[in-house]
Order: sequence, then C-alpha cells, then structure tokens
Amino acid sequence: MNFEAWKGFCEGDWQEHINVRDFINKNYTAYEGDASFLAGATERTKALNARLKDLQRQEREAGGVLSIDVSTVSSLCNYPAGYIDKENELIVGLQTDEPLKRGVNPFGGIRMARSACEAYGYKLSDEIERYFTYRTTHNDGVFRVYSDEMKAARHCALLTGLPDAYGRGRIIGDYRRIALYGADALIEQKKLDKKRLGEENMDMATIKLCEELYSQIDFLGKLKKMAGFYGCDISLPAKNAREAIQWTYFGYLAANKEQNGAAMSFGRCSTFFDIYIERDMREGILTETEAQELIDDLVIKLRTARHLRTPEYNELFGGDPMWITESIGGMSDSNRTLVTKTSFRMLNTLYTLGEAPEPNLTVLWSSRLPEGFKRFCAKVSIDTDSIQYENDDLMRLYYGDDYAIACCVSAMKVGKQMQFFGARTNLAKLLLLALNGGYDNVFGTRLGPQDDVMSDEILDYTLVKARFDRYLAWLCKLYVNTMNCIHFMHDKYAYEKIQMALHDTEVERLMAFGVAGLSVLADSLSAIKYAKVKPIRNEQGYIVDFETVGEFPKYGNDDDRVDEIAQGILADVISELRKTPTYRNAEHTLSVLTITSNVVYGKKTGATPDGRRAGEPFAPGANPMHNREENGALASLNSVAKLSYANARDGISNTFSIVPDALGRSESEKTENLVSIIDGYFLNNAHHLNVNVMNRELLMKAYEHPEEYPNLTIRVSGYAVNFCKLSREQQREVIMRTFHDKM
Amino acid sequence: MTGKIHSFQSLGTVDGPGVRAVVFMQGCPLRCACCHNPDTWDFSAGEEIGAQELFSKISRLRSYFGKSGGVTVSGGEPLMQSEFLTELFSLCASAGIGTALDTSGCIYNESVERLLDLTDIVLLDYKYTDTADYEKYVGMKRERVDLFLERLQLLQKRVWLRQVIIPTVNDGETSVRRLCEIAKKYSCVEKIELLPFRKLCLEKYDAAGIEFGFRNLPEASAELMARLERIKNDIME
Repeated sequence: MNFEAWKGFCEGDWQEHINVRDFINKNYTAYEGDASFLAGATERTKALNARLKDLQRQEREAGGVLSIDVSTVSSLCNYPAGYIDKENELIVGLQTDEPLKRGVNPFGGIRMARSACEAYGYKLSDEIERYFTYRTTHNDGVFRVYSDEMKAARHCALLTGLPDAYGRGRIIGDYRRIALYGADALIEQKKLDKKRLGEENMDMATIKLCEELYSQIDFLGKLKKMAGFYGCDISLPAKNAREAIQWTYFGYLAANKEQNGAAMSFGRCSTFFDIYIERDMREGILTETEAQELIDDLVIKLRTARHLRTPEYNELFGGDPMWITESIGGMSDSNRTLVTKTSFRMLNTLYTLGEAPEPNLTVLWSSRLPEGFKRFCAKVSIDTDSIQYENDDLMRLYYGDDYAIACCVSAMKVGKQMQFFGARTNLAKLLLLALNGGYDNVFGTRLGPQDDVMSDEILDYTLVKARFDRYLAWLCKLYVNTMNCIHFMHDKYAYEKIQMALHDTEVERLMAFGVAGLSVLADSLSAIKYAKVKPIRNEQGYIVDFETVGEFPKYGNDDDRVDEIAQGILADVISELRKTPTYRNAEHTLSVLTITSNVVYGKKTGATPDGRRAGEPFAPGANPMHNREENGALASLNSVAKLSYANARDGISNTFSIVPDALGRSESEKTENLVSIIDGYFLNNAHHLNVNVMNRELLMKAYEHPEEYPNLTIRVSGYAVNFCKLSREQQREVIMRTFHDKM
Repeated sequence: MTGKIHSFQSLGTVDGPGVRAVVFMQGCPLRCACCHNPDTWDFSAGEEIGAQELFSKISRLRSYFGKSGGVTVSGGEPLMQSEFLTELFSLCASAGIGTALDTSGCIYNESVERLLDLTDIVLLDYKYTDTADYEKYVGMKRERVDLFLERLQLLQKRVWLRQVIIPTVNDGETSVRRLCEIAKKYSCVEKIELLPFRKLCLEKYDAAGIEFGFRNLPEASAELMARLERIKNDIME
C-alpha cells in the first residue's frame, strides 16, 4: 500500500500489513520533558464546553436523561448528522441528531429498552415494539438455553450483573486503523480474509466467521456512509491531525451507535494522534494551541456519549458510566517511553475543560516513565481525582506494548484480542451457601450440592475450607457454562459488527470472570482460622449469623497470615474455572473488581464470620474492608499488591483515598510523595490504583448539597463518577470508606 | 534485643523527607504541655517488639521510599531506647534504608552518640526559644537542647529544627526570629519547620484522664502560619 497521506512517515511493515503498532513505533516522538509547554483552552473551546455543561445541567434537572428518540433503533446511519454548535466544532459527530439525546438499542434485550424508556417517562414506539416481536434478541436467546440451575444462581445473586440482558461491551475496536489506512483498505483486507476462509473446509467455526466477515464488510460500508453525513470521505487515510482524530472518532462513534455495550472504551490513541500532530507542526500548519483545541474538541465529543439504561442497571454500575477508557503512556518493547506531548495534552483536558469522569483517563505506569510525566500525573490526581493508574511493567509482559484497557482494568491487545465480559460471582455468599449445605439464607433458595448444615459448635477451618472448595468447584463449572450460553447468543443476535471489523479476522478471545467479596471472604476464613467463630442458627437450623471471639489478622495490614488466604482464593478460583472449556476456546481470565456493585452484593448477602453485618456493603474490588486497616496506607497497599496478576489477568482493582494533608506539606512535596507511593506500589507488582486525594468532609457536604457540587468527580472501582450521580446508598458507602489520614 | 513501641504507621509524609514509615516509641520522660501523643508517655505501656521484626516491617515498605524516604522514629522519646534503635538503624543502614530521629534532644550520652552515628537526619524539636517558657512548658532546661544541637553540629548530622507554633505562647515574630538566629549559628541545620498547634489530641487526653495544659488555647490558623512562614523565609534566605 502507498498513500499520499503517508508522506513524511517512516516506512515499515505497517505499509504492507494492517499493523498500527509498527506505525507508532517507527514514527512517534517520545517526550521526556515537563508540562510547561501546554496551552490553555481557547475562547472557542470555552464556549463549546459551556454549551455542553449547560446541556448537562438540563440533563441533571430532567432526572438524568435529557431526551430519548423512542422511534428510531440506534445504528450507524439511522440518524442525520447532529451537532452541539455546527459552526464551531472541529471534530464532529453525535450519537443521535441532537446532543445528549439518547437512542434506543433493543438488540441486547427489548425488555431492557422498554423499561429504560418507561423509567424516564417515555414509551418505546409501537413500531419498534412490533418489529421486535418478530426478532430474537440476545436476551431471548440466552433465556431459551439457560438451565434451571443457571437461573437459580442468577436469581439469588450468586452470579450478578451478567451481560444477558444488555450489550456485553468491553470490546475495543482499533479505531486508529480508519485514520491510518482509510475505510477502503480495511474493506479490501476483510474481503481477502473472506476469500481465504472460503478456500478452507466449511465447518461450523469457519461458516460462523464467514458470516461475521460479511457483516463486518457491510458495516465498514455503513461507516463510510455515516461519515458522509458529516461531509467527510473516509475512504482514504487521514491527511493531517484533524482528520486523524476525526476518522478515529468516527469509528468510535459508529461503535456507540451500534452497541449499547456496558463499557465502550476508546483504546490507546493519544500517542497515535501525536504522530500526526508532530507532522503538522513540522510543516508549520498547526500550533500548540490548535493541537490542544483538537484534543479538547475530541474530549468534548466523548463527554456527550450516552446510553439508555435502566435504574436497576445503575444500581450495579452507578453514575451512568460509559467507560470511555483512553490508555495513556507506558513503555515500548524496546524500552523507550511511549509518552508523547499528546499524552500530556489528553490529561490537560481535565484543566482546559474541567474535571469529569469521562473519558476514563488511564495512565499506564512504568517505573521508567519520564519524571516530568509522573509528576504531571500526580498533580492531575491531586487536583482532579479523575485518573487511574495501571502497571505497564506488569501488563506489557502479557500484552506487549500496544494494548489498551477496556472498562476499568481489562487489558487487551488493540485490534488483536477481544473479551467476553462476565461480570462476577459473589464469594462471600458462596461461603454462606456452603456452610448451609446448599441453602441461600437471604432468598430462601436451595441450590448447589445438597448437604447438611455444618453442625460444629465452633467452626473448624480445615472442614470449612474443604467444604468451600467443593462448592467453589461446582460454582466455577456453572459460571463457565453460563458464560458460554451468554456469549454464544451475543455473537448470534447482537454481534459487534463495526468493532469486530476493526479487529484482525483471526482474533484472540479472553473470557473474563470476576469475583466480588474477596476481602470479606479472606477475613472470614481468617476469623475461622485464628479466632473462635460460633455459628448462630435460626429455628430451621440454618446459620444466619456468627459470634466471633478473639483477634484475627485482617486483610489490609500487610499480614501474610491473612494475605496468603486471599492469594490462595484467587489461585483456586482461576484453576477451577480453567477446568471447564469455554465458548470459542477463549482464554479464562479473572478480575477482582466490583464497580459500584459492592453495595448491591452486600445487600444480598447475610452476615459473615468477619463481623460484617447482614446487608452491609462489601469493600469495592480488591480493597480491604472499610476501616480495618490498622497500620496505615502503605500496609494496606502491600496487602493488595500481594494478589497475583498471573491469577487475575483481567485486573485487580484498588481504590485509594487519602486526605491531602497526609501526602505532605507543600504542593511539590505532595506531588513527589504521590509519585513515590505509586512507584512503590507498582514495583511490588500491584496492578491497579484509583487515586482520590480529598477530605471526607467535602463528600459529606456534597452529599447534603449535591446541587452545589455538580462536577465533583471521584474515582470508585476502576472508573470515575460524578459523585452527585451516584445513588444515595452508593454515596454513603463511598463516604464510609477508609480515608487514609494519618500523618 | 527488644524495644517498646506505641504504634507503627506505614505512611508518613510530614516527618522527614519523602515517603516514610513512622515508628512511635513508647515512653517519654518529658511532660510537654503541647504534647499531642500523651498516650506515648507511660514507660510501662506499649508493645514489645524485636529489632529484627520491626526492621522487617519497615523493609516491606522500601519500594515506596524512593530516593529520599525511609524510616522515622518518633515517640515517645526515641533517645530513651537508644540501644534498641541502634540495632534497628544498623539493620536499616545495611539495607540502604534512610533513617530519621524525631526527638526533643533531652539526653546525650555514649549510647545516644552511637545511635546518632547511624542516623541520617535528626528532626530536633526546639520547643521554645524563650528560656523561661522552655522550663515552664517542658520541665527541662533549654541548655540541654542547645547542647544536643552542638553535638549534632560536631557530628555533622543533617538537622531539621521544628517548632510547634502555639497561639499566645510562641506565635510572635520575635520568637520566630530567635529560632532563625539559632538555626543560622549551626551549619548542620538544613531547614526550619514551623508546625501549627492542633487540638486533635484532646480525645486522647480525655480518654487517659490527663489534664491538657493548652486545652483552652486556639489552634494555629492558616493565616498565622503563612505569615510566620514568610518571616522565616525572609530571614533564612
């Protein structure tokens, strides 16, 4: 291939094959300096941003949803072009014809779409209702094949948040390919792949892939048409920075129009964009101010992205998140930093446009990142609480140097790997189910292996552990099989055509399982092992509570006695999961991540031996339970760092909240110390850290007067939210969390 | 050997440079009116811990220390357990972990000198520059801390002078000027830290049934601290 648009770029394999990574590595300009070169927002940017903020205010006042187009099924070409302010936009494209107006996407499940409309006072149009009576949705398909046991596990919330009624998400199209190659070259490649496949034996897998390729090609054509609505011809590669950003954004926009995916991440684009920005600057056609404007305008567009979801969904995933995750920084395989000036520009949007939860800016941290960049990140964290950190030195070993994060903590090679998202199972509940011999004491349901209620006066660790392991084996098999059903049907009825068109045809698949309640389970087992735990039974003889006498080591204090229990649990879970084969031979992975669902999981789980009362929230993700840390922040970080990423390759989420004064005296000390803390945590092979630098009092004020803090952003589990968009219950839970304040 | 600690804090950022583990020793011979850790006074309380065990707790945190951090031993009065701390600091030194002592400088003897040999930074709490105030609120002669400072100068230790600013007691410009003049006499003093008087410790006093001498004084305001900081910076530059 050769294109006029490629003039000035270094040659490489990327010209022979679709290989964005090679293009980046051969062409990017690493930046080792500090943030002093950055420009502020222009008047144009400020005016456009003010317009968006005003729309967001109206959306809040309307109860969370500004408006819904109830008579159009969302797809690439079903809406005319939409603008915030047509004359003043540098990057264009909205999901529907008006900003913040939500489309409906019933392919995941018509019930979800219907009840979401109703929750906000709308009614899905008769035409769509009629059409979907003749159409099978993903949700229909799954429930046709679910076994009774799967339904029971789902009903009593042993498996929760499964993507069986909504889009699975967590797939990142390599949107950069559109900018680098143009749509025509991508279509050509897919046609070649299809031709090649046609020469093979047409078995089920090949036929399935051929049909998918047909859809991919079809949708790349639709993508061109959609861009055409906005006056852009994306057949050929982008010729300059503005086009590169615009072409890439069109890909992301098309994905959002097509899929109401749980997490719709953006990828790893900053350094890719930087190559075009640098070229334009060399040619003298772009200034620093203009470069920042382009990034600002892109981020404004990303901040308009919305999906229509039900209040029940928001209970699990609070704050109307989209997980428009953009991964920034990291190192290359040849040990050069991948930080460029545009890595800074992307973070700078939190100043030029103000703090906000989206896009979900994720710094890929390496101990070898340039000091100037580390310090800038820490400063942004202290100022905005809007970014998260993930260990590049760890992930690079598994995913190379062109991976990105989907959702919160899920790494995948961009355009080469995709994920079957699997929400999570409740481990604390499983322990109670095991103790009660297959009886769930919250829902009054019997499920799993049927056995006697454990009858010991004082629980014996060895016996409890043996029984727990038996139930875990049962659960893991059930979990894998449930996921197989879900993803078979998702591929069949709600296949991500445009996103998969922006992947290699032979894609690697990861199947991402998850656990909730790790710290509750670890502390409970520790209590049984090191203290005396006496079960309290109800009239029917079921265990409903515990009396725990004596001290026991608690996770979060850098105490190996309990931290090893937590490590062992993850090792056991992943090895049990691996025993059951997956749909499409996906690789089993595991995460310790709850989003905000730790509140709901807690609500649906009885009292536990660690002293947690029935209904009380779990700690989020892999966090130690609230206020059980007795040795301060670093000891707590050390406990989490011991969890092995090899066992939980879909991510181990830790949310760290510290009051500003506990970071040091001066601003520069605070910044330096935060850098040291992040460096130290990741040197210990930890995976992820959300950083909040704030006082609890601020959150309490925002809780009392949400209208005064519309933009207050806080990191929760793997993402950021507007505090005021969380439910009251979720807000209380966030306030309850440990704020490290020792000085 | 074993020592007696009050508590262990894994993250400290305000007691010496960088990110530090902070060990609070149990037991103090002084009864300073402004003390915010009255629960560390009693020599018979606290937790017994071996030097090796304490060292391993500290060394688990070494990845966070970076170039400038390390361990700070505070109290209580660390000098009262100088032999134990000498053992601890020698373990730290061989592991390349920086060490700091947060002390009143109330005793000086051969054992203390051995400890100082292994100490990288001394945070010397120079409580009052007024001799009468010093005796009144600390119960010790001011000459002792001056003597200690002389020794630190001879040993060429890195020293940070620290003083808690207590409204109506030592919050005047002249007091800060005197502290700066003292600092200027000693080349070992790297900097002066003025710390605001706080009353977060009230609960501890109440819980222990101890009278808090400064109960009725106001906390030091941010404005006061900023003003004294400017005065200090003008003199020290």
